[in-house]
Amino acid sequence: MNSVTSDALSALGSPDNPLRVAIVGSGPSGFYAAEALLKSGLTVQVDMIERLPVPFGLVRFGVAPDHPKLKQCTAIFDQVAQSSHFRFIGNVTVGRDISVEQLQHTQHAVLFACGAEVDRRLGLVNEYLPGSHTATEFVGWYNGHPDYRERQFDLSGETAVIIGHGNVAIDVARILCKPVDELRSTDISAHALEVLATSRVREVHLIGRRGPAQASFTAKELRELGDLNGCEVQVSATDLQLGPVCLEELKVNNNFNAAKNVETFLGWSTRAVKPAAKRICFHFFQSPIDMIGKNHVHSIRLERNTLTGLPFVQSPRGTGITSELECNLVFRSIGYRGVPIPGVPFDTDRGIFPNTAGRIGTSPGLYAAGWIKRGPSGIIGTNRADAVATVQSLLADLMQLQALPRSGADTLSDFLAHHQPVVSYADWQRIDAEERIRGAAAGKPREKITRVSDMLDLVERSRHSMKPINTAQSLGSSS
Amino acid sequence: MPHIVTDKCQRCRFTDCVTTCPVACFHGDATMLYIDNVQCVDCGACVQACPVHAIYEESDLPADKFEWLQINAQRAPGLPVISDKQVPLPTADARKRELGYE
Repeated sequence: MNSVTSDALSALGSPDNPLRVAIVGSGPSGFYAAEALLKSGLTVQVDMIERLPVPFGLVRFGVAPDHPKLKQCTAIFDQVAQSSHFRFIGNVTVGRDISVEQLQHTQHAVLFACGAEVDRRLGLVNEYLPGSHTATEFVGWYNGHPDYRERQFDLSGETAVIIGHGNVAIDVARILCKPVDELRSTDISAHALEVLATSRVREVHLIGRRGPAQASFTAKELRELGDLNGCEVQVSATDLQLGPVCLEELKVNNNFNAAKNVETFLGWSTRAVKPAAKRICFHFFQSPIDMIGKNHVHSIRLERNTLTGLPFVQSPRGTGITSELECNLVFRSIGYRGVPIPGVPFDTDRGIFPNTAGRIGTSPGLYAAGWIKRGPSGIIGTNRADAVATVQSLLADLMQLQALPRSGADTLSDFLAHHQPVVSYADWQRIDAEERIRGAAAGKPREKITRVSDMLDLVERSRHSMKPINTAQSLGSSS
Repeated sequence: MPHIVTDKCQRCRFTDCVTTCPVACFHGDATMLYIDNVQCVDCGACVQACPVHAIYEESDLPADKFEWLQINAQRAPGLPVISDKQVPLPTADARKRELGYE
């Protein structure tokens, strides 16, 4: 209709014709993509759309509460958000409150950095027995994610099983085994702390289908488990007798993370067992084949595997030898998948938006960064490099983006006119300040607000208190 | 525990590490990079990114590289931040082979 092709205007990315990019998601990939765009030397307007009223994705809801240092990257995100060419548009769900098509009406490019939000399935018939949970639910619960804060975890049994050998499995094991008093000064959510304080879990088993040389733990995170107070780590010496292909893998120079992991396991297998209240046991070469229980999981059946294939592509093959491990609780932690958004191609096998170097599909305009681009691997910093690479692809497409029919105006606000409230970065900063105040009272860096309704109430209240005329009144009524 | 760039970076300066740093704590001169251990959050992303494993966490530092702990701490704060990948030194590929990384 009133769309114009922007080549009638000055060059895209110039002050008269800023490159308009919507970033969907406000986790590390989203913020690092925003940083790269704003540093590009072009005039760019970044609109970051987040479905929750609070930013930072897995930095807020994934990074373990006892790893506060890793959360310091939010200082960089704060700097990014200070740019006058950046807007945070919180409490808006793309695909529900605004469509991808509507975004494309006004934005030259839409960059998806919405992560991998749901767990992969194990594919077992009894996978969903009561007592069997995803690691996502548990992590979201203790980190105060609004979607998971109402979940119930029965920690009255003594034995928990975690399926999967990655860093999330380690986080779950550590939170279950760390003395609860050491968690009190972290930003772990109050509701989780209360339940963990009454936990009777004393044995945690981590099950992996391949061997110690293939486990995808970060060496540093693995080592940390060996230093937990009141907790012993066990690993069977037999599992550490590696075959020739595994040994070959470990000899490769840049495979040092795996070599360090194996070294850590060997150290644990030979050190004297000290009496401890809790125990973490690693099991290798085991695939879960069934969960057993009537109304609640009471054991898990495992099949022993052997590895076949060439270095770095060895796959587990069942031997027919099975065993049963009794347990009261199961956490499934075998990776994540992205969630489809209407209007964007989706690879159902991999759970990602299919892309080439971050370009989704064949026509320019849609991009992906982070876990929705390449699957759930790597840590925060990995996603910075990944987001930078996607932005390079986007900037290389500038000519094609300039030729796209776009309204050239800020119609985003029109599309969202009936959606209330849209949460700004200033609104978030008020939530942030309130969380810090509540945390200080409890000796924690912050006490997260864990319900969307409470976040929005706070936003409403603080907006009123910003109006000078109402200050006295709001101050009086808010406490 | 801090992370440290060692002399394996010299004559390489691939700078793949800097794009993976979530807090922009790499600083550099013409010879090599250094980590500001006050800013570093110890995530370890750079350790994996370096093509010649020039970066170590303190506890993994080989005995003959201990001096670099001090050198990183002293030099980093006074040098400019490097947060975007740069062109490696012309000697980088030869140096990589010399260090045994193909």
